[in-house]
Amino acid sequence: MSLYYVQKFLYELNRSPAVQQAYTADRHASLDGFTLTDEEVEALTAPDIGKLFHLGVNGQILMHFAAFHQIEWADYLQRMRDGIDEHGPVREGVYAMTGYEGVDAHNARLRQQNDNDETNGA
Amino acid sequence: MPLVYAGVCSHAPGIRGRADQADPAAKDALYAAMDDQRAAIEATEPDALIVIAAEHFANFFMNNMPTFAIGMADFYNGPIEDPAWLGIDKFEAPGDRNLSERLIREVMQTVDVAYAEEWLFDHGIAVPLSFLTPNFDLPVIPVNINCQGPPLTPLHRAYAFGEALRRAADAVPERIALVGTGGISHWPATPDSGKINEAWDQDFLDRWARNDRDALLDYDDAQVYADAGQGGFEIRTFITVSGAAAGSVGSVHHYEPIPIFAVGCTTASYDLG
Repeated sequence: MSLYYVQKFLYELNRSPAVQQAYTADRHASLDGFTLTDEEVEALTAPDIGKLFHLGVNGQILMHFAAFHQIEWADYLQRMRDGIDEHGPVREGVYAMTGYEGVDAHNARLRQQNDNDETNGA
Repeated sequence: MPLVYAGVCSHAPGIRGRADQADPAAKDALYAAMDDQRAAIEATEPDALIVIAAEHFANFFMNNMPTFAIGMADFYNGPIEDPAWLGIDKFEAPGDRNLSERLIREVMQTVDVAYAEEWLFDHGIAVPLSFLTPNFDLPVIPVNINCQGPPLTPLHRAYAFGEALRRAADAVPERIALVGTGGISHWPATPDSGKINEAWDQDFLDRWARNDRDALLDYDDAQVYADAGQGGFEIRTFITVSGAAAGSVGSVHHYEPIPIFAVGCTTASYDLG
């Protein structure tokens, strides 16, 4: 697990046309110098948006990587949902604070909280 | 000169980039509110606009994440995002290095702050500027608070930072306007994008308008995350504006959840008297 370097690579790609050109020319070679697992390299080169979200990449970084690959907004959101369905809750990072249980479970939990608040007169 | 304007607005990328997917009436009402905010700022005849943002890994990353940063350059470029994706063409916004340096020196008397002589504006600043200074003819001073990469800036430090900015703005001869930008509750760029906790937002905005420092600081990150998403961490920008307007009360001019924009779209300002 080297979420820091996955995100560092995407941070540099998002802000640097030179890194974007290098990635376009040779995706694997552009990752040289970043400490990454085979799983992370595969997700970055495929690219596998759902897997990257599952690994914990921040959406504020990931959405630009998706846009770079011409992935439309609704498709981007769906790929993240599919990633959670396929691989399970987010492993690490900001979204791991609650594990990111998936949209349906998250909605159900918020509804339950609101119902409890109303019951308690809050 | 005393600070001439202190307000807040939303900055979600969808406001420009996905404008065609929103309910037209909701979008038009928001755009009209942003136009009103521009008019209100222009009426104060500012010499510069401080934009307090919560940037999203465009310039600052976890290799060296500042708690607070202030721009110190004569020009800034943006947007860092694909212009077609964001719906904002590439631009160069004027800065004022000399003014920035004087403000930074004063802020540093009480709050440790990083300075940056280059800064690529992301949507957090570009979207507000596209409404508030659409011709990019007003010097901008970008400010950032770490709302993205934990450990985040503590809320009470965000308030104190606002007080320091106020003291600095009051000390320079220029007329300074100040706008904080951010979301209230939202889950941006995640599978839950579009979810908005309106009740939570209204409660926060009530605290903000009353400028009730104790109530504004009475949040912890775990609960904010549960109730308001990771986007809720951006309340720091609003709270800094409250600090800059300590002693003043404010008004919410516009609030409407627009799911395709992923946030309850807001404009509000303090009455600085």
